Amino acid sequence: MNLTLQIWRQNGPQDAGRTVTYPVSNVSPDMSFLEMIDELNIDLIKKGEEPIAFDHDCREGICGMCSMFINGEAHGPDRGVTTCQLHMRTFKDGDTITVEPWRAKAFPVIKDLMVDRSAFDRVIQAGGYISVNTSGNTLDANAILVPKADADAAFDAATCIGCGACVATCKNASAMLFVSAKVSQLALLPQGKVEAAERVQNMVRQMDLEGFGNCTNTGACEVECPKGISLENIARMNREFLSASLTH
Amino acid sequence: MKLDARIPEGPIADKWTEYKGHVPLVSPANKRRIDVIVVGTGLAGSSAAASLAELGYNVKAFCFQDSPRRAHSIAAQGGINAAKNYQNDGDSVFRLFYDTVKGGDYRSREANVHRLAEVSTSIIDQCVAQGVPFARDYGGQLDNRSFGGVQVSRTFYAKGQTGQQLLLGAYSALSRQIANGRVKMYHRHEMVDVVTVDGKARGIIAKNIVTGKLERHSAHAVLLCTGGYGNVFFLSTNAMGSNVTAAWRAHKKGAFFGNPCFTQIHPTCIPVSGEHQSKLTLMSESLRNDGRIWVPLHKEDAQAIREGRLKATDLPEEKRDYYLERRYPAFGNLVPRDVASRAAKERCDEGHGVNATGEAVYLDFASAIERYGKEQANLKGLHNPTQEQIIDLGTQAVEAKYGNLFQMYEKITDDNPYRTPMMIYPAVHYTMGGLWVDYNLMTTVPGLFALGEANFSDHGANRLGASALMQGLADGYFVAPYTVGDYLSNDIRTGTIPTDSPEFDAAEKAAEERQQAFLDAKGTTPVDVFHRKLGKIMWDECGMARSAEGLKKAIADIRALREEFYKDVRVPGQREGLNIELDKAARVADFMELGELMCLDALTREESCGGHFRTEYQSEDGEALRDDAKFTHVAVWEHQDGDPGKSVRHQEELNYENVKLITRSYK
Ligand SMILES: Cc1cc2nc3c(=O)[nH]c(=O)nc-3n(C[C@H](O)[C@H](O)[C@H](O)COP(=O)(O)OP(=O)(O)OC[C@H]3O[C@@H](n4cnc5c(N)ncnc54)[C@H](O)[C@@H]3O)c2cc1C
Ligand code: SF4
Ligand code: FES
Repeated sequence: MNLTLQIWRQNGPQDAGRTVTYPVSNVSPDMSFLEMIDELNIDLIKKGEEPIAFDHDCREGICGMCSMFINGEAHGPDRGVTTCQLHMRTFKDGDTITVEPWRAKAFPVIKDLMVDRSAFDRVIQAGGYISVNTSGNTLDANAILVPKADADAAFDAATCIGCGACVATCKNASAMLFVSAKVSQLALLPQGKVEAAERVQNMVRQMDLEGFGNCTNTGACEVECPKGISLENIARMNREFLSASLTH
Repeated sequence: MKLDARIPEGPIADKWTEYKGHVPLVSPANKRRIDVIVVGTGLAGSSAAASLAELGYNVKAFCFQDSPRRAHSIAAQGGINAAKNYQNDGDSVFRLFYDTVKGGDYRSREANVHRLAEVSTSIIDQCVAQGVPFARDYGGQLDNRSFGGVQVSRTFYAKGQTGQQLLLGAYSALSRQIANGRVKMYHRHEMVDVVTVDGKARGIIAKNIVTGKLERHSAHAVLLCTGGYGNVFFLSTNAMGSNVTAAWRAHKKGAFFGNPCFTQIHPTCIPVSGEHQSKLTLMSESLRNDGRIWVPLHKEDAQAIREGRLKATDLPEEKRDYYLERRYPAFGNLVPRDVASRAAKERCDEGHGVNATGEAVYLDFASAIERYGKEQANLKGLHNPTQEQIIDLGTQAVEAKYGNLFQMYEKITDDNPYRTPMMIYPAVHYTMGGLWVDYNLMTTVPGLFALGEANFSDHGANRLGASALMQGLADGYFVAPYTVGDYLSNDIRTGTIPTDSPEFDAAEKAAEERQQAFLDAKGTTPVDVFHRKLGKIMWDECGMARSAEGLKKAIADIRALREEFYKDVRVPGQREGLNIELDKAARVADFMELGELMCLDALTREESCGGHFRTEYQSEDGEALRDDAKFTHVAVWEHQDGDPGKSVRHQEELNYENVKLITRSYK
């Protein structure tokens, strides 16, 4: 396949940035999107140009590091995949593909397609944990039974990879899907219920401090989330938040 | 230098308890005056950093990713072992210990493995308390599955994302300590050297990946939790960033390297599809619980399949060779990884491979789908289910167990594994070798510890499935807090370690010059090209089958490649600012030195054991031939003169007092 790539290049946070066009040829449909960029980078280096900076690590859809906004969609046109799992067979010979970084006030661009997502870490630090010490001298793991349905729902929420596609997709750059996934996971488990009220309040406070926008229920985040994190989590978080506000 | 493993006296089951009972403690007031550096935030690093901070030490933690949550442990799929015996199927601490020693082909240290088995049960308690959503049964209790090389069900799991869930648990514990100020987290930072003062590890030089600046960080102890070095092969199941730099730099500063050639080649990975490939994807071993591995019995059928004239599903039972079930009736598809990988290679080398390259075998779920379908039909009270209903119900059951793995497979290959068997082939996955550590997890450099996959300690020549996650968390949550404290109890009067000493000056200067050298080469060839070449040499000669002749050739080839690299590598840009190619160049340079040491280690271990298979040492039916008289030891390498070729081989003799050495048989 031969393609035309229009890629966002930006030298640093202060640079205004611009789109640069790169023709690429001999793209195999079995390649992943990132492998296609790897090949382009090798060519750029050989030509003495700077390669395109982008984040990636596991290349199997689990670390949450890759983050490209492709043809106007977070992680590209395919559903249920991250950028690293997007394969070139999704595109056609002759296509023009635009590639941009995540865009959100809370995720400043570092360089080219790389952004700073440490705001997510700070939201977790505000309360996304259970306050148990690490001694191992806790209850036996089977001492508290957890209904399978709750365990499964907690697991589903816990599969969020922290990629930020939800934020990049949302017109308000809201982080509600991400935050609600963690709040839900811990609220669904008996071990997490003890601190549920403080947790939701602290995490929401930090989310606002970081400059994420408000949720206006457009549901775009759920569509683009590579892990299928459900909007139900946002509803659950809203309930948790409301009841915490009433009692605290 | 004499190697002292510092194994406590006494019966094996009492060693750890005795040790803990007598270990010197550091008072809370003194802990506040002690700094600890933890490099790496995978299972080992996150759990160690969180636990040490909770005890009261000042911790600085480092990772090269943009968040500690993205460490490579996140990718682990299948599960974590623990001797809980919830299934009442005969499991115990001793059995887990025994299985691990046997699975490691009798090349690991008994005392360490026993401790690992002892603390395994606390790991599950700890994780559940942290909110790790393990799979549960309908009664609300934790569920288990089996893994290769064992006959009990002791593996705890969270669908195919166990590593993710465990790491997020450890990350949450770490986040809690970051929030209260006891851990200072440095993400997008790469450790580029260890700093030693008076022979002790006293800090690191770290590069801020975003600004390009070299930073000095001092501490009273340094813990390397930096993962494995499988990426020396370029293609592996490891994340793209996984590298050996931290361990290799430590090695060059005096930390000995244990069994560098012990590499695990995992039998169930998605086969290589083309030249552009950047990494290989694992299909969890848990799939071997339900998937049956086979190739066409007749070569002509294999050829027809390769040429697209025949489909797998067209081949009747009698024309299939379920070669693991045939060769190893006792364990069948659940033989350990090294055995399963070699058997796949043997069949493909004989011409039975099933994809275009001839390097793939089938992993088939048809019987499992049918079996589960019937079971579900019974449970649902369907007495005469149609075949279609059975397949439907069975597909749902398989999806509930392995859904995300099947989806991952389909995304990569564009094939539906519910309908047609998966194609798999072995790939590099894990490195049992690593920095040599004593019972306390301390390297030969005082104050420098190695935890998790970065050390060599618990898995001998072959690791059993679901035991790396166990080891990472055991080391971090439950072992290091005692053993690092033991070391630090001598440091309570030292005071803060200054970073303006000549040792820090020298280390920073050396790091700077090293980085500059890559830029100054101003050659023509990108780093990745060298990395691929190195990987090919390693895979061909130091992969699933090794020979003296091949290894000697590999050593010569690697040395030549290294020379070419320093002359011809092209790294664009400068030292200042973000420069990913420069970081990559430094990692690949270290891989090239490590590769040579691995080949040297493989060459000098004149036996076959676990993942190390020397073609000269095999039985008539192709099984590995150990040489216990000569090689019941750890090969421990000392670096000399900046040249891996001059490394000196030491030995730590392994004494088996509780497990009898026998030929490993899974027949
Ligand atoms: C695909 C896959 C599936 C697996 N599945 C299983 C399984 O089901 N069960 C099981 O038991 N095991 C499994 N394993 C093995 C297991 O995941 C690993 O052995 C284990 O997670 C390693 O943990 P770790 O903490 O030692 O290192 P890692 O998780 O690799 O973490 C390394 C850390 O070190 C940091 N680091 C490295 N170098 C530097 C440096 N120079 N400077 C700063 N930071 C650095 C990284 O940023 C990272 O934070 C699997 C492995 C793979 C590849
Ligand atoms: S909720 Fe989905 S899109 Fe948002 S961070 Fe998590 S995985 Fe990514
Ligand atoms: S690189 Fe890890 S999710 Fe894409």
